[in-house]
Amino acid sequence: MIKNLFLFLTLFTVLPLQANTVESILENGMKIIVREDHRAPVVASQVWYRIGSTYEYDGITGVSHVLEHMMFKGTKKLKPGDFSEIIAANGGSDNAFTSHDFTGYHQRIASDRLEICLELEADRMRNVIFLQEEFNKELAVVQEERRWRVDNKPKSKLFEQFYATAFLSSPKRIPVIGWMGDLESLEMKDAADWYQQWYAPNNATLVVVGDVDSNEVIKLAKKYFAKLKPSDIKPPKLRPEIAQTGERRIKLYGQTASPYMIMGYKTPVLVGNKDKVKDIYALDVMSAILDGGSSARIAKNMLRGTEIAADAGTSYDPFDRLSGLFLFAGTPSEGVKPEQLEQAFKSEIKDLQDTPVTSKELERVKAQVIASKVFERDSMFYTGMQIGMLDSVGLDWRILDTYVDDIRSITAEDVQRVAKEYFDSSQLTVATLWPEQESK
Amino acid sequence: MMNMKKWVLALTSSVVLLSQSAFALDIQTWKTSNGVEVLFVESHDLPMIDVRLAFKAGSSRDGDLYGISRLVNALIVEGTGDYSSEDVAENFESVGAELGHDSLRDMAFVSLRSLSDKQAWEKVVDLFARVSALPSFPLDAIERDRKSMLISLANREKEIGDVAEDTFYKNLYKNHVYKVGRAGTKQTMQAITQKNLSDFHSKYYVANNATLALMGDLTLDQAKQYAEQITQYLKAGQKASPIEAVKMAEQGGTIKVPFKTSQTHIIQGLPVMKRGDDDYYALYLGNHILGGSGFSSRLMQEIRENRGLSYSVYSYFLPMESNGPFQMALQTKNHQVDEASQLLNQMLVDFIKDGPTDAEIDHSKKNITGSFPLKIDSNNKIVEYLSLIGFYDLPLDYLDSFNANILKVTSEDIKDAFSRRVKPEQLIRVIVGEAS
Repeated sequence: MIKNLFLFLTLFTVLPLQANTVESILENGMKIIVREDHRAPVVASQVWYRIGSTYEYDGITGVSHVLEHMMFKGTKKLKPGDFSEIIAANGGSDNAFTSHDFTGYHQRIASDRLEICLELEADRMRNVIFLQEEFNKELAVVQEERRWRVDNKPKSKLFEQFYATAFLSSPKRIPVIGWMGDLESLEMKDAADWYQQWYAPNNATLVVVGDVDSNEVIKLAKKYFAKLKPSDIKPPKLRPEIAQTGERRIKLYGQTASPYMIMGYKTPVLVGNKDKVKDIYALDVMSAILDGGSSARIAKNMLRGTEIAADAGTSYDPFDRLSGLFLFAGTPSEGVKPEQLEQAFKSEIKDLQDTPVTSKELERVKAQVIASKVFERDSMFYTGMQIGMLDSVGLDWRILDTYVDDIRSITAEDVQRVAKEYFDSSQLTVATLWPEQESK
Repeated sequence: MMNMKKWVLALTSSVVLLSQSAFALDIQTWKTSNGVEVLFVESHDLPMIDVRLAFKAGSSRDGDLYGISRLVNALIVEGTGDYSSEDVAENFESVGAELGHDSLRDMAFVSLRSLSDKQAWEKVVDLFARVSALPSFPLDAIERDRKSMLISLANREKEIGDVAEDTFYKNLYKNHVYKVGRAGTKQTMQAITQKNLSDFHSKYYVANNATLALMGDLTLDQAKQYAEQITQYLKAGQKASPIEAVKMAEQGGTIKVPFKTSQTHIIQGLPVMKRGDDDYYALYLGNHILGGSGFSSRLMQEIRENRGLSYSVYSYFLPMESNGPFQMALQTKNHQVDEASQLLNQMLVDFIKDGPTDAEIDHSKKNITGSFPLKIDSNNKIVEYLSLIGFYDLPLDYLDSFNANILKVTSEDIKDAFSRRVKPEQLIRVIVGEAS
């Protein structure tokens, strides 16, 4: 009873703080979202494009990410490298990121320098020039990035091949960094065409979080972005995943001392599944019941308890653009086989199917969600990331404000229902990594 | 509010000094009744509190039992008094609080992030004090954590980046306590007993060896009261003895480690700087220009942007209680190793000989001074700085005077400091890859 009262009171301290976010759409279709946060005289400025590896197809995989690198290589006005030099000279830092569903460019800078960022971003939205020499060097850099991120890390390789096994027709199978073979044959024209096709104000959102006046930001955004011409942006073809009708397994051998295993079940996402909202939040709660801390079931039963795993966890992302997976992954303890770890994960699923979760567990998950909503606001960059990610996949960022309520509405019966519905072995993909010497 | 008419002007304007006076940290400091130094910053913007309780209890205190500092630190969350691992976890997580811990070469810490709401905070603050001061070191938890650390240790030998770093430290600190990091060694990890663990804890997790950083939604009075509460179970104990200085090898050398890979890792460097070092600002600014400022740095410009040799290339000084390393690193495909390695070395030699240009100094000063507010724009960053300032006995105005100290540095200062402190003939170079 006291605990419920506490939750109720805390909720009230959280919600009103979210109110100071405004959204505006320019005539050319570009969206501007500003969240005022006056804790420090700084700002996070992010331009998001709705383009990423799930828009790509065989032969040009990795092109979105290569293009992200080329965005620093000069425009009609700027020499290669000038963009970052100007931001640095103004005390800022800048970088960019590419993911499955979006590509983002961001600066962190004193709030009275925001205008510089906007002018520079507007310039490179339309005026990037592609120089062959720069492209060749940058393609070599990206290949080194792939060797560093994936080729030298057997777990990363395992995840890459796991996704390519779980998804056969959906572009979710494409790694963000691209297959090495495709990177080797990628041409400058591929990147330049990709830029022409996808980089336009009507395929972009500016997210600004920080010590700014939202009306001023919108005025400034208009000053620099409103003059840019929109493009004819055709949404990507759907390329839905074919129905899975049986489990799939792969093995990989690599330089590792201990085995590792990943298993995943096909699960829906919020995008395009309005009728399944309850299921989706219930899956989110289920992931927290299993892996939301040291008192959650996996830590309690598998890391302690049977000690079957040296590390283990789950992940489920309801906010991707395309349907994905509910993942389990872990390192078996010394002497334990990956198959045994798989059985242990499955017996956790079975418990969730057979017995409703306890109210104590649900209370814990809810308390964590409420607290993490407060903790998240400590980082303006992260706040901007959350808004941008949702907007990029076509979701309304305002669901951030109702997230706590959505999670609070999930009952033990909801969790039991989704545990029964989505965790059928016909929907399962399993990938295991083995030390090389055992490969004979 | 936007007064920059043209960004091109910004490049040629003089050094930027933001209105720091309006955005400085008001650090309050005092000692608890049992002698723990407290650093506190009050901020009511968010309804949350951050705590970081740090001890001179990193791997440099391991003695012969390499890895013990990390095992002690990991076992903090595994029980106290009647509370099992699970009880501890449940208590923190039931109110959404986050109990953290980590250990490095100098420092080991226990941290807490909680809502400031009375019910949440009061549920966890006493338990936080207990786990830090009175861990029970249960045998089953010791074995469990030991096994899991042995697995990560075995995997370190298969991960090229870890192999490069471990080899680098081993050769930089041949006869010094910084030689083996927190991961320990297989032999010593197997030998550690429950008594070793509780002895280590009783010696180092004590009031006179602790600093407490507190940040967030508290008044000064509350902070004083909670600081007492957080430290109440710590025995007085003694401050750990100072870590010996590093004896520099007269002659450096190259160590090649064969490794099956398509990309070779290169690290080079030497031991240089202590916290509070007189050359700190000259070396910091110099390194910012050489390899510490991301895309703007010389290393990034030449090795990545001009030649496409590596995705990541950087250099840094890591000031520690004793002489922490200066380190330069890159990764490149095997057949480019000679070119990349020679270039990395030549760029350092040239920098020491010629120093930075005035334009480079001006650019870096603008970046460093202009980015000051970004250093302290979150509770998380502030509590880390408080802990660092307390732990290394840095002046309380370390942050507020940072810009002024950077602006004083001249090109001559940088040349002078680099030529005295970074001697190319003493460099240790580690190359891990197939080309070896």
